[in-house]
Amino acid sequence: MQFTYRLIESLYPGFAGWPAWAQIAVAAGIPGVMLFLFMALGPLLYVYAERKIAGFMQDRLGPMRVGPYGVLQTLADTIKLLFKEAIYPKGVDRKLFILAPCIVNVGAFMPFLVLPFSSRLVGADLNIGLFYVSAVASLATVGLIMAGWASNNKYALYGAMRAAAQIVSYEIPAVMTLLTVVMIVGSLSLQTIVGAQGGGLQNWFLFRYFPVMPVAFLVFFTAGMAECNRTPFDIPEAESELVAGFHVEYSGFFFAMFFLAEYAEMVVISATTSVLFLGGWMAPHPALQSIGGFSLGPFWLVAKAWFLVFIMMWLRWTLPRLRVDQLMHVAWKVLLPIAFVLVVVVGGLLTWPQTADGFPWDRYVGWPLSLALLAFLAYVMVAARRWHGRRVQELA
Amino acid sequence: MTLATDTTSYGWQVEDLDTDEMILNMGPQHPATHGVLRLELRTDGEVVRGVRPHIGYLHRCFEKHCENVDYAGVIPYTDRMDYVAAMGNSLGYALAVEKLMGIEVSPYLQVVRVIIAELQRIASHCVAVGTYGMDLGAFTPFLHLLRDREKVLDLFEWTCGARLLYNYNWIGGVSHDLPEGFARATRDLLREFDAVTFPELMNLLIGNKIFVKRTAEVGVCSPETAISYDLTGPNIRGSGVPRDIRKDQPYCGYEKYDFAICLGQGQFGPLGSCFDRNLVRALEMAESSKILHQALDALSKMERTPVHEKVPKRAKPPKGEVYFRTEAPRGQLGYYVVSDGATFNPYRVKVKSPCFTAMSVFHVLAKGMMIADIIALIGSLDIVLGEIDR
Amino acid sequence: MDAKAIHEKLAARFGEKIAGVSLEVLEPWVVVASETIAEVAAFVKADPDLRFDNLMCLSGVDYPKEKPPRMEVVYHLYSYTHLHTFVLKVHLPREDPALPTVEGTWSVANWHEREAYDMFGIVFTGHSDLRRILLPDDWEGWPLRKDWVDPEFYNGMRVKPTQQMMERALAGEAIGVGPFDFTPPNRHAGE
Repeated sequence: MQFTYRLIESLYPGFAGWPAWAQIAVAAGIPGVMLFLFMALGPLLYVYAERKIAGFMQDRLGPMRVGPYGVLQTLADTIKLLFKEAIYPKGVDRKLFILAPCIVNVGAFMPFLVLPFSSRLVGADLNIGLFYVSAVASLATVGLIMAGWASNNKYALYGAMRAAAQIVSYEIPAVMTLLTVVMIVGSLSLQTIVGAQGGGLQNWFLFRYFPVMPVAFLVFFTAGMAECNRTPFDIPEAESELVAGFHVEYSGFFFAMFFLAEYAEMVVISATTSVLFLGGWMAPHPALQSIGGFSLGPFWLVAKAWFLVFIMMWLRWTLPRLRVDQLMHVAWKVLLPIAFVLVVVVGGLLTWPQTADGFPWDRYVGWPLSLALLAFLAYVMVAARRWHGRRVQELA
Repeated sequence: MTLATDTTSYGWQVEDLDTDEMILNMGPQHPATHGVLRLELRTDGEVVRGVRPHIGYLHRCFEKHCENVDYAGVIPYTDRMDYVAAMGNSLGYALAVEKLMGIEVSPYLQVVRVIIAELQRIASHCVAVGTYGMDLGAFTPFLHLLRDREKVLDLFEWTCGARLLYNYNWIGGVSHDLPEGFARATRDLLREFDAVTFPELMNLLIGNKIFVKRTAEVGVCSPETAISYDLTGPNIRGSGVPRDIRKDQPYCGYEKYDFAICLGQGQFGPLGSCFDRNLVRALEMAESSKILHQALDALSKMERTPVHEKVPKRAKPPKGEVYFRTEAPRGQLGYYVVSDGATFNPYRVKVKSPCFTAMSVFHVLAKGMMIADIIALIGSLDIVLGEIDR
Repeated sequence: MDAKAIHEKLAARFGEKIAGVSLEVLEPWVVVASETIAEVAAFVKADPDLRFDNLMCLSGVDYPKEKPPRMEVVYHLYSYTHLHTFVLKVHLPREDPALPTVEGTWSVANWHEREAYDMFGIVFTGHSDLRRILLPDDWEGWPLRKDWVDPEFYNGMRVKPTQQMMERALAGEAIGVGPFDFTPPNRHAGE
């Protein structure tokens, strides 16, 4: 806000003479509107990108008719959806039915508030930013259950129940891996977390504490992908099983809102992952951080986030879908133990006595130590599994 | 530490919780029921306790129609039964009536029929395997396979002018001879199929770990159940029963071709699972390609003969009856044709459709599955509702 | 085994219950007395020489013009062990045709018999679930019988065009497609 204030003041000197409330409204409103446009119009771009990427992977062209190379296709689709009649099937709980997509959207868009786009461009640098993100993001679950329940449709109900089980389950490994980053940085503020990764590629958390943080990145990204219901974790709206799952009865604008929320959530997850592990708005090399005093932070964050979004799309068009029990298996028996191990390992590394000369112990001692610990834990898990297998054989 | 399984200490019993089974109607309009199949699922949460299939939504009175048109007039109706593999249907009917009338077509025509039937098998299995991937959520292999099916359909269009319902195999011949250059175009297609599409399919879908996990232990059908419920074609071969009409009772000169019967191996789970049935289909495409290469070789050494030479002006078989079965892409397709020897219309035509019998085993295999597995099972049985309901 | 040997074996086991035989046709068949069919089915499946473990097809056929008029149920059998085929036939009276089910021997007969019941009204006694299968549950009559007449109404809806509709359609009137009349009711009144 101060940044915009100073920017406006330098462009229009009379601005300082405005009343305080107008200054605040304009200085806060301009970045707010910009951010909102980025969020609201972003999905148009992502949908187009997804369709083009899918087309490329499937040996076809994708949308080509509306506008050059079909760039206006999603715009046309949006307009169509907006003008479509909103149908309320018989027996729906109207209030919940209307409220559900709104809540899902609130949950999907509120995390944007704390995402830092550069050292100054951030909606609100909360000191509990990460906590806020994980809390608000799970608000979508409420909306999904509402949608499923209000629709008065068995498929929608199945979708809602699956969504609830899935999102709540995957929240746990996601939050546990967040803890590793929080323990290293010692802060929940996203801005501080990004600040701790400055100074080039090698300081990004993805490349620190070699075997630990890459695994944490994978666990967090997988769990995040599951939280935004994308293939291979799209069982709540599994097209071939539950037709469309929780939003089977929605049409027109309400359907568009669910659609919007899905893509917004994708971007939120990708952006959060970039902030936590890929250095957020930090450039891969300090020299690339700004051009002529103009910060490239937003560019770097958006580029990283979009790269992760692309990976999500790539996976969606490649992999089949998991079954419910397999999904739960992945969450509770694979990701969660790994996340616990990571927390333990990172905690152990951090309590390693730091020498006064600042010798980077985590780089040279941490590696072998964490490797050894991981190997030991893997051995324990394998042994336990073998023992379990023998037990099963004995029982059978 | 032992987990307390005795819940009486909590003041309530697990059995006291009031749970109820829910009836879930899957279909007739559902994206994964491959047509207008309706399944009445008795579900307990995600688990299916019982299934009752309801068929007949696509019933078009095929057998009644047959009694009211002449013998040649039946052929377009047969195309409309299994609309994904129409060539196989008309071939079975034409062969049945030819047997009844004692017509023997020339070797050239036999080769032509084999080529067309095997191309149709590839096209049909492309749809079967591709949609199976789509049922499980993998969208991309479907389009890669449809790309090749499209080329087969182009060949058919070039040959007889139609892309889906051909009316091609006539009694005593075929409607059009293969066009000039057909062999080369087919070889081009096969080269690309063998080199690109088939390895791609095996890598992208069949070998995918999630795909294996989803299918390998689902819908296991023992050989005894398969025989008792008269599963045929890829379904029974998936259960490890090495039976193929093309080998056991060869028609159209299939005995001259060197090809293997593909069997389910049960590499990743019990034999006869959805994975095995699907794998058999995928492998059969490669075998069909092998047959096609041999048939094209044979074709190049042959004199062309007129294709309408033996087509009767108006078929009127002698009094009698015949049951003739062919290996259609979806299994044994049997035609029971009764002629009264007096009229130009068949007295009775009964079709034993492979999908009909495959569907009849469904409620046995589906018991105790999860809802997602129901979809996997429908896809692995590869049913086409046009053929079930006729 | 060839058809002759199969027939001899059946005749030796069931005597006069094997009522007729025809071996000189494309598909050799024997006629089995209707009440014995379940036993014969169990026998041909269990006998090690015959081992007909597969019922390929079960068809109903209506012969109203034969003397006496009869209904036939035809069983096409196949052996996965010996790879031979055989045909059993059962002759039934056209009034109240009934015979025992073979569902217990070949599970697939369940649906085939339902279809025969659906189309011909042949009752398979002992069948576990004898309902209509292809036609709607409230359909009346047996459409594949040779004396079948198309109904005029189904559930109160006219499904067969009236004489008037046919005449109008055949006269080439532009309203409606084929024999189906889409003319609004008030226009009929003026005619």
